Amino acid sequence: MTDYNFAYLDEQTKRMIRRAILKGLAIPGYQVPFASREMPMPYGWGTGGVQVSAATLTPDDTLKVIDQGADDTTNAVSIRKFFEVTAGVTTTENTTEASVIQTRHRIPEAELRDDQILVYQVPIPEPLRFLEPRETETRKMHALEEYGLMHVKLYEDISQHGAIATSYAYPVKVEGRYVMDPSPIPKFDNPKLEMSAIQLFGAGREQRIYALPPYTKVESLDFEDYPFEATKADHACDMCGAENSYLDEVIMDDQGSRMFVCSDTDFCAGRQQAGHLGALAAVNAEDAA
Amino acid sequence: MTPLLKVQNIAKFYGNRIGCRDVNFDLYPGEVMGIVGESGSGKSTLLNCLAGHLVPDDGAVLFDTRTDGLKDTVTMPEPERRMLGRTDWAFVHQHARDGLRMNISAGGNVGERLMAVGARHYGNIRSDAIDWLGRVEINETRIDDHPTAFSGGMQQRLQIARNLVTGPRLVFMDEPTGGLDVSVQARLLDLLRGLVREMGLSAVIVTHDLAVVRLLADRLMVMKDGHVVETGLTDQVLDDPQHAYTQLLVSSVLQV
Ligand SMILES: Nc1ncnc2c1ncn2[C@@H]1O[C@H](COP(=O)(O)OP(=O)(O)O)[C@@H](O)[C@H]1O
Ligand SMILES: [Mg+2]
Repeated sequence: MTDYNFAYLDEQTKRMIRRAILKGLAIPGYQVPFASREMPMPYGWGTGGVQVSAATLTPDDTLKVIDQGADDTTNAVSIRKFFEVTAGVTTTENTTEASVIQTRHRIPEAELRDDQILVYQVPIPEPLRFLEPRETETRKMHALEEYGLMHVKLYEDISQHGAIATSYAYPVKVEGRYVMDPSPIPKFDNPKLEMSAIQLFGAGREQRIYALPPYTKVESLDFEDYPFEATKADHACDMCGAENSYLDEVIMDDQGSRMFVCSDTDFCAGRQQAGHLGALAAVNAEDAA
Repeated sequence: MTPLLKVQNIAKFYGNRIGCRDVNFDLYPGEVMGIVGESGSGKSTLLNCLAGHLVPDDGAVLFDTRTDGLKDTVTMPEPERRMLGRTDWAFVHQHARDGLRMNISAGGNVGERLMAVGARHYGNIRSDAIDWLGRVEINETRIDDHPTAFSGGMQQRLQIARNLVTGPRLVFMDEPTGGLDVSVQARLLDLLRGLVREMGLSAVIVTHDLAVVRLLADRLMVMKDGHVVETGLTDQVLDDPQHAYTQLLVSSVLQV
């Protein structure tokens, strides 16, 4: 373990990343370029988030890593192991116990506190990329607040699908200034972007860091006659009965029977332990037994 | 009356080659200025200097801004100039693909300028788009098609709709009928003439086609080798050209 500098990156690099983070916090929603390092994992595995976490962690921190809400996927497990080995920090699956949470594609259901930091893995940080591939031009558009194109994208959505079909990476405007891609979280999570915790976003391949300080105003873009809706499957969790959590649809067998389960595994387990049971919880327990 | 546009001593060089130089004219509201000349005479260079796409090496382009009156657009801050570019000004390119978003539907193309200036009601944007498609003779059933599915003439009409939808106070056009078949050109010209009259457009139109200016322009500037060699009322210049080059230009057309 002592073969590594704390959290793998050397101190110079962490300092460089912290400067980018501080700048990001000072200009909420603004994409700060940083010199992304090679990490011992492929791009797409959260190298941006890992570098931000590495620069953020202290030996006293407790780390939680989730992927699509789950602590036990390959990606989450390997990142958690990476920091267990390189930083020796305590890890947890419990959202409330964690001081740093690295996430891919979800915001935990439990309300985060002002002593917690949420680190997002970001594949494509530029919300204007879809319509304007030229980096020089998108930078200028941000600088001059020329954001009409974002609504063109939503217009196209409605004209093709009859509603705003964008359900992930739903663009937001931060403090009435920068338009930001919240990373591919479901739009159900967008309202939670206004929270007490610090939120940091790291894009490794694209070499960008951006941030939301606590209590930052975050508005999801929409039209007056097609207002933003934080939708989810119209169902309760079949395991814990929760009605206000984001659900994954799980295929159960070859006959195509399905169940809906909280994507946040810690949240779901906590509720079940507290005695909340969903429609299929008993069936499932029997199967397991 | 204050001119809408006051062009003073514009010059643009490419290395030591002249793009255009010593260009002066005033454009008054509701006026259409035609700029003619053979290929390479500096028309596009001049137009791009006026529209803020190129930075001239010398001279001023004063525009009658809503808030501050006449103001040099060459030296104004870039955000202000870009703001003009999507509000009070419009630019119609010769090649529609340079002026359209080819991966966005026709309705989205027309709606973009509306959304750029803050339109946030989908239903209203869509009905404005339908209205404008109608005005440029594109069937509203094509509203969700991409411009790639349109003919050249339709693409050019779509580009015009996209530019005029916000009611710009000044329109720049570079060879708007260039590159189209003759029959398609005639229809587009008709349409443009109707719009110019109906909306009382102020415009600067660059073309090498004298038929275009005959139909659309109140006044004419004839360019050769980057210089203006003759200016005057369109009919006057075309019917009684004074400069030898203009005479050649007019007669070469008459021979056709
Ligand atoms: N980007 C450029 N670089 C160098 N020379 C150019 C460039 N654009 C135009 N020119 C030259 O400037 C002159 C005027 O060109 P242009 O304004 O395109 O004329 P027109 O539009 O009348 O055909 C020509 O001699 C042309 O070759
Ligand atoms: Mg030209």
